[in-house]
Amino acid sequence: MNSKNRLQDSITFIFLFILAILFLSPILIVLMNSFKGRFFISDTPFAFPTTQTFVGMENYFSGIAKTGFIQAFGYSLFITVFSVGAIVLFTSMTAWCITRIKSRLSTFIYYFLVFSMIVPFQMVMFSMSKMANILHLDNPIGIIVLYLGFGAGLSVFVFSGFIKNIPHEIEEAATMDGCNPLQTFFLIVFPILKPITTTVAILNAMWIWNDYLLPYLVIGSNYKTIPIAVQYLQGGYGSRDMGAMMAMLILAIIPIIIFYLSLQQYIIKGVAAGAVKG
Amino acid sequence: MQKMPKRYYALFTLPTIIAFLISFFIPFLLGIYLSFTKFTTVTDSQWVGFSNYIRAFSEDQNFLNAMIFTIKFALVSVVLINVFAFSLAVLLTRKIKGTNLFRTVFFMPNLIGGIVLGYIWQLIINGILINFGVDITYSANYGFWGLVVLMNWQMTGYMMVIYIAGIQGISPELIEAAKIDGANSWQVLKGVIIPMVMPAVTICTFLTVSNSFKLFDQNLALTAGAPARASSMLALDIFNTFYGRNGYEGVGQAKAVVFFLFVAIIVLLQLRLTRNQEVEN
Repeated sequence: MNSKNRLQDSITFIFLFILAILFLSPILIVLMNSFKGRFFISDTPFAFPTTQTFVGMENYFSGIAKTGFIQAFGYSLFITVFSVGAIVLFTSMTAWCITRIKSRLSTFIYYFLVFSMIVPFQMVMFSMSKMANILHLDNPIGIIVLYLGFGAGLSVFVFSGFIKNIPHEIEEAATMDGCNPLQTFFLIVFPILKPITTTVAILNAMWIWNDYLLPYLVIGSNYKTIPIAVQYLQGGYGSRDMGAMMAMLILAIIPIIIFYLSLQQYIIKGVAAGAVKG
Repeated sequence: MQKMPKRYYALFTLPTIIAFLISFFIPFLLGIYLSFTKFTTVTDSQWVGFSNYIRAFSEDQNFLNAMIFTIKFALVSVVLINVFAFSLAVLLTRKIKGTNLFRTVFFMPNLIGGIVLGYIWQLIINGILINFGVDITYSANYGFWGLVVLMNWQMTGYMMVIYIAGIQGISPELIEAAKIDGANSWQVLKGVIIPMVMPAVTICTFLTVSNSFKLFDQNLALTAGAPARASSMLALDIFNTFYGRNGYEGVGQAKAVVFFLFVAIIVLLQLRLTRNQEVEN
């Protein structure tokens, strides 16, 4: 490597380093403000806490109490985990079945599901929430059915793209040996799908964990998820408590950062793989 | 396998299809029907023909303004996000040290939800604007650029990851061959890398276009449409029409149908346009 290249690389490094700090700074600024008294935030968000403005964990305690954050965390976790589980299980089965059995019905099902990907949520939000109401799906268990339906388009699309490219000889051998389709799928196919299952799980988990409008309309009055709890602080009467808001933003971000840092390689690979298949 | 007993076919497909019918397809058909009716609940709907569609455009300028705001926003953000993301991807595939750490940092905002993102940026933008004695609700322009900055912060890292995968998929021999033929780095970029990553461009424009047009949470949290409804995008305007006043549910549903057609046409046109630019590997 010659010296010109080395200089170029150093400049690139410094540029990226500054950019990385800029990327992190919004979160750090919120973190800093979460330790300041509620009246010292809006006017001087870039000032460090001083002995006068520092309030320790007070905002966190008041924020948790005001929003019911602990419960919200529980609902978000429950809904995300079980919805993602249902989506992965049922859409992989559907995708395998309609990819392997070539028929007009299979093609129809595929396009029928994939079509939903381009429809904005506002198109169905009113009738869907009424429907959920009538069918008693307006609770943290029922909403899993709704997420399965909404996640089906993208998930079947991504699974099918992957399944098309795996050889079916092994599956045929299994059938010859007397496996029924369920055995073939769970013993042979599902393990092969593991990399793309990770992708589908991550894409759906990111969406469902952060989703605001669907749970707000369907279960929001009785069960608050984290995004609903955060928005609730804004919608309250009187002036909004900026201190509690800052603390809740940080509490909302912490689980995401832990999730991200522990599964980082999978997440980045998964997102890239999902996009390439798409 | 070409054959499967019918009961197995049903077992594999029905759970997904039933959930899909309940949560998406029946509400979708019902939505189209309701856009031609006057209703407050689903059961009390009365046929009114096209009047909701006419009211959506004629009673006030909100819908039209939201549409113009959304189109402008989408154009600006799609271009900026893709240019930034692609440039970062080029820089991060040059094997300099710290690449993994940088990639980790740039991608992270993408995982944070729209509501939280909106309030983070509200704090920062208002913190800057207070020096000029105003806040983000003072003018729709502030809301506009606030949303552009927010969207760039959120999506650049995501698109960057897709572009990196695209660039890494180009065979090194191809680039070597171009260099041996005497191409400089700019020519390599223009003649080899960009044409070869066109599939990634298709995906990234698709994702940025559809996310920009459908944006809701960020809009709600950052400005909630203020001042008045001047910084409302289409999704937020439809939400406010539905749930803001009684008697406007039908108008909201008609707006939603127009919104759907609008997004569908743009997404299909975009896919066609960029797919044509792709080269066979």
